[in-house]
Amino acid sequence: MISLTKLSVGENAVIVEIKGGLGFKKRLESLNLRKGKSLRKISSAPFHGPVVIEIGGCKIAIGQGMASKILVEVAHENTFNG
Amino acid sequence: MKILLMGNPNVGKSVVFSRLTGVHVVSSNYPGTTVGYTKGKINVGTEEADMMDVPGTYSLTPSCKAEEVARDMFFDEKPDLVVNVLDSTNLERNLFLTLQILESGIPTVIVLNMWDAAKRKGVHINLEKLTKSLGVPVIPATAVTGEGINETVSKINEVSKGMDSYKPKITSMNGDERWAFIGNILDDVQRIEHRHPTILERLEDASVHPVFGFVIAAVVLYITLEVVVGLSNMMITYIMDPFYYNYYGPFITNLISGWFPNSIVQSILVGTGYQDATSFGILTTGVYVEFAVVLPYILFFYFMLGVLEDFGYLPRLAVLIDSLMHKIGLHGYSVIPIILGFGCNFPAVMSTRILEGKREKFIAATLIAISVPCMAQTAVIIGLLGPYGLQYIAIVYGTLFLIFIFVGMLLNRLIKGESPEVFLEIPPYRIPHLNTLLKKTWFRVKAFVIEAVPFVFLGVLAINLLYIFGIMNVIIAALSPVLSNLFGLPNDAIGALVMGLLRKDLATAMLAPLNLGINQLVVASTVLAVSFPCIATLVILLKEIGIKDTLKTLALMMGMALVVGTILHLILG
Repeated sequence: MISLTKLSVGENAVIVEIKGGLGFKKRLESLNLRKGKSLRKISSAPFHGPVVIEIGGCKIAIGQGMASKILVEVAHENTFNG
Repeated sequence: MKILLMGNPNVGKSVVFSRLTGVHVVSSNYPGTTVGYTKGKINVGTEEADMMDVPGTYSLTPSCKAEEVARDMFFDEKPDLVVNVLDSTNLERNLFLTLQILESGIPTVIVLNMWDAAKRKGVHINLEKLTKSLGVPVIPATAVTGEGINETVSKINEVSKGMDSYKPKITSMNGDERWAFIGNILDDVQRIEHRHPTILERLEDASVHPVFGFVIAAVVLYITLEVVVGLSNMMITYIMDPFYYNYYGPFITNLISGWFPNSIVQSILVGTGYQDATSFGILTTGVYVEFAVVLPYILFFYFMLGVLEDFGYLPRLAVLIDSLMHKIGLHGYSVIPIILGFGCNFPAVMSTRILEGKREKFIAATLIAISVPCMAQTAVIIGLLGPYGLQYIAIVYGTLFLIFIFVGMLLNRLIKGESPEVFLEIPPYRIPHLNTLLKKTWFRVKAFVIEAVPFVFLGVLAINLLYIFGIMNVIIAALSPVLSNLFGLPNDAIGALVMGLLRKDLATAMLAPLNLGINQLVVASTVLAVSFPCIATLVILLKEIGIKDTLKTLALMMGMALVVGTILHLILG
């Protein structure tokens, strides 16, 4: 289990835990970021900039602090279902 | 009857709204274009209903300002009917809000927008089944082309007739139940073909790449400058100048001189004639500066801005430079107001509303006012300094850029707090729709003309009156020590500085007849840009950040103008 910031660019993963308060979770949830969802890391902006992921067909940019609270399990290519 | 138009950010609500009501609203391919709301009318049966374009929201439990506005409108306005716009390519996330709306029991019509994009992406949606599971009408639509709009209108009519007998199918749920429900619906109604990423999709990912991202940003900047400056200058040389000097100028000068020979009216309206740059008549120099010099730049700038907006580039630029922006107390998204500022500071300051915190809003608004020259000003600076060589234009913009960085870092230190982190959906790249793009450009250019013309007239009139009543001499006496000692400018430049309070472009143009040296022109252009916001920007500053913060901004501007003007004078000699 690693945080989204540690995930390598191009890798697929599944969200296993979101740390932080209820408000934070709700905010992520409304954008469809929740436990069990598969995602792919697209890029990590320079100078500790935001992480960009693809999840459920859309792309979302997340600041480093927030991204470090999202814990994921690296998934193998063939189990990735978008 | 009251109808609310709701949906996630960036699903095309504003386009649907324009189509349904005929009221034009600016739409772009990035979330948050609509922060306030717009009202329009739509005919439902024999009745005229109010329709409101609500800012985009992902849920009715808000996490930012725009979402709060949306929630409050939904609960306070008590709509009779909701038109819920969805992005067909992203049904799963969009349905979360849909369920929350349906749970409230208000009759709803669902518009599946971007139906064409969904088809291209290989997303197949079974409309019949979806209608059945949600218990409300579902209409596929492509709002930019108008497809599905008539059906939407007729469904609104249908639903409004059967309002009393409407029985909601969806009952109240919690978050997890909602997602489970959505999962079930999607298994049933949606099938996604696997497609290989298109060139546009590859370009999307490259735009936020740590290396290619900056290469792309540089290319975009270069092309934008080439198009705006190149095409504007061509339009000025081949269309505007010939028309002004051969037809308009002689015509208006003869006309006015014939009507009011040798009077004050003549000197205010046409000055000493159309050929003379020093004349400063409203209808000669005033019209020439605004329409022949500035208007082409405004036109091509807004066209290019529209292309970048509709293509979906700006949010990616925001992500790319987010961490750099944090160093000056902003987050990446504030790049959008700043870019708008290069067009006109007025809408730029207004658009700082898309930023989350008060602190960030103040920093962004101040930086725009102090260091972002508007396109009108840019046009005149290029016209004025260009003949002496590019390096002089570079000095002015380089200085402004340094001020931008310096003031940003200073404010970031001085003001407590931190800028919030980026958390935003970045839209897919879309090929801009030409009609929408031209319409948007037209509306922005029109807004410029409507805003500029009265101030130009007022400005020229005010300057003339100040001279006639001798007030100008008092101002000159008061300010001449600063001007001549610190900035090395002649007293005549005062007129330009005073005009700067009303319109920056005209003010900069007033430097032309003073026979200044190129170094003096550089100092004066920079001081004019920094010293004070034009009146329109001042008004919007007061409205957006309040009187206290506006006074701080003004103090900072005048202080910086003194320092920067002096330093430039010392360096350039």
